[in-house]
Amino acid sequence: MKCVVCLKRVPDTGTRIKIDSSGTAIDDTDVEWIVNPYDEFAITEALTHRGSDGEVIILALGPEETTKEIRTALAMGADQGILLQVQRPPTDPLQTAQVLASALKELEFDLLFFGCRGVDDDNCAVGPMVASILDIPLLSDVIQFDVEGSKATVQRETEGGHEIGNMPLPCGITTQKGLNEPKLPSLPGIMKAKKKPLEIRPVELPDSSLEIVEMSFPPDRPPGKIVGEGADAVPELIRVLQEEAKVL
Amino acid sequence: MGQNILAIAEIRDGEFRSVSYEIIYQARKLAESTGGEAIAVAVGSGITEKAAELGHWGAHRILVLDDPRFEQYAPEGLTETVLAAAKTYDPSTILFPASRRGKDLSPRVAARLQSGLLVDCTDLEISEGHLVATRPAYAGKVLLKIRPKTLPAVVSLRPKAAGKPVRSEESAGSEVVALSDLNLEDAQLKTQITGFEAAAGKKLDLTEADTIVAGGRGLKGPENFNILEDLAEALGGTVGASRAAVDLGWRPHEDQVGQTGKTVNPGLYIACGISGQIQHIAGMRTSRNIVAINKDAEAPIFGLATYGIVGDLFDVVPRLTEELRKIKDAEH
Ligand SMILES: Cc1cc2nc3c(=O)[nH]c(=O)nc-3n(C[C@H](O)[C@H](O)[C@H](O)COP(=O)(O)OP(=O)(O)OC[C@H]3O[C@@H](n4cnc5c(N)ncnc54)[C@H](O)[C@@H]3O)c2cc1C
Ligand SMILES: Nc1ncnc2c1ncn2[C@@H]1O[C@H](COP(=O)(O)O)[C@@H](O)[C@H]1O
Repeated sequence: MKCVVCLKRVPDTGTRIKIDSSGTAIDDTDVEWIVNPYDEFAITEALTHRGSDGEVIILALGPEETTKEIRTALAMGADQGILLQVQRPPTDPLQTAQVLASALKELEFDLLFFGCRGVDDDNCAVGPMVASILDIPLLSDVIQFDVEGSKATVQRETEGGHEIGNMPLPCGITTQKGLNEPKLPSLPGIMKAKKKPLEIRPVELPDSSLEIVEMSFPPDRPPGKIVGEGADAVPELIRVLQEEAKVL
Repeated sequence: MGQNILAIAEIRDGEFRSVSYEIIYQARKLAESTGGEAIAVAVGSGITEKAAELGHWGAHRILVLDDPRFEQYAPEGLTETVLAAAKTYDPSTILFPASRRGKDLSPRVAARLQSGLLVDCTDLEISEGHLVATRPAYAGKVLLKIRPKTLPAVVSLRPKAAGKPVRSEESAGSEVVALSDLNLEDAQLKTQITGFEAAAGKKLDLTEADTIVAGGRGLKGPENFNILEDLAEALGGTVGASRAAVDLGWRPHEDQVGQTGKTVNPGLYIACGISGQIQHIAGMRTSRNIVAINKDAEAPIFGLATYGIVGDLFDVVPRLTEELRKIKDAEH
């Protein structure tokens, strides 16, 4: 199978986010970058469907530094990478989807993989947007994915349980935790990755459909209180929950 | 551009999910500021008679597509239906619940309209005639105020974030209109959902629960989660978990709260044996009340908690359950 994985570079989840002087974007200095955690499931899944005559292509839209995250994916076992290079990646998912979709039109893939969510902007949007633009079927939040012949069968997570579905190829999924155990890069994998093809293509972004007016921190929570120690504090906890918080 | 607000209801097993009422109620509020109509769109199988209910939550007009092909979620068909409704009623905003389906469907609609998508909003206002949305990003570490630059704006609204909707005894005089001449071909509906398996023992999804009792590595093993199940039952809540508990295989993946799990905003979140690392906090910091039970007085979770008990959860939690049951019994 020819598989394409869309990969996003995001700040490490342990990062303390700072806001830059414009007040509408995060401050990038001192940020550690990683492969979006959900995209690790996507890469791992693509590798299991590659088969002997297939390939796994990593497609990322981002600044030049994104080659580092693409190399990580190549070290996990992917075959080649394409970076759609911009100065700064858009926060508007529509811009991202439009650029990715136009690159994907030339790739003739069988299977297309996205994470369910970029853990930065939390858009959860690029996968379904790209599928809609390309007019291919896609199911999101997938936790089990099987391909037989020209048909894919999936289980997807939904409120209160799992939905079971199917779709014809070519098709896409967005990955949810539970799909697989991500395959970490091995030392030989890292060595091999250095020699794998990685193409850098500068691209222009279409106009943004959104304007960020302001970025701020959520208000601090009012200071809490320790109601006591051990099981003896339980009656006091119940009292404050009833009388102050009024949640019981 | 019109001033109407479209609200896309969510139907499962032939019933409206409560998020439907929330978005219709919000659509009504927006329509009152824009001077347009709040128009509900209901697509499902065998729903025509039930659709009038939406009028009690504020819909001026209810568009219904009653078609057996929509018994289950059918993303391509729903996209076409919403686009057709948008074409006829020229809305300035299309509202979806930020549920699993709404989050899958709204991007498709936005992409087809080439319109701005405002995801998982917690507040919407009309300022000088323009929509401004507030939404969290980085799992709640920051808040964004965003304006769409193209209309109609496609918006998903976080469940429970904008307050409880109120059902009025009187319907908003709503008219039920059948969406008929859509000519949806079977071939357009490539993605098929064929079934649903309910998760074992789960009553309510974490994202919709009003009370969550969550456990972490401090629980020491999967068998001990029964003490949290008991507390959750006494409170009428649902059990969640930290990633540590999930990665150890003690709880299923869908129970994980945090930056790479679910973002929850219940009225009461009780964290038991959870240290409160940044990725966990990101998913639950908007809970109205947070109770922490931890034996380490220095655990970061106490910095966030509304109320804390320093102590061994194996003593505190069963006692709490016992006291709550006593109160409940006394009420009966
Ligand atoms: C990319 C990435 C994504 C992540 N995403 C998430 C996420 O979405 N959600 C998430 O939760 N984490 C996430 N994490 C993990 C996070 O960093 C922490 O490792 C995790 O939250 C810790 O879980 P914990 O609090 O259960 O365990 P610990 O940090 O080990 O804390 C256990 C706590 O239990 C207390 N305790 C022990 N015994 C008792 C007792 N008998 N009574 C009372 N208290 C007791 C201890 O004092 C301690 O505070 C992520 C990490 C990474 C790298
Ligand atoms: N800049 C990008 N480059 C490549 N893929 C992306 C990009 N942004 C988002 N994606 C893909 O879309 C998924 C969901 O991201 P988002 O819609 O931003 O939450 C990610 O997990 C990626 O698979």
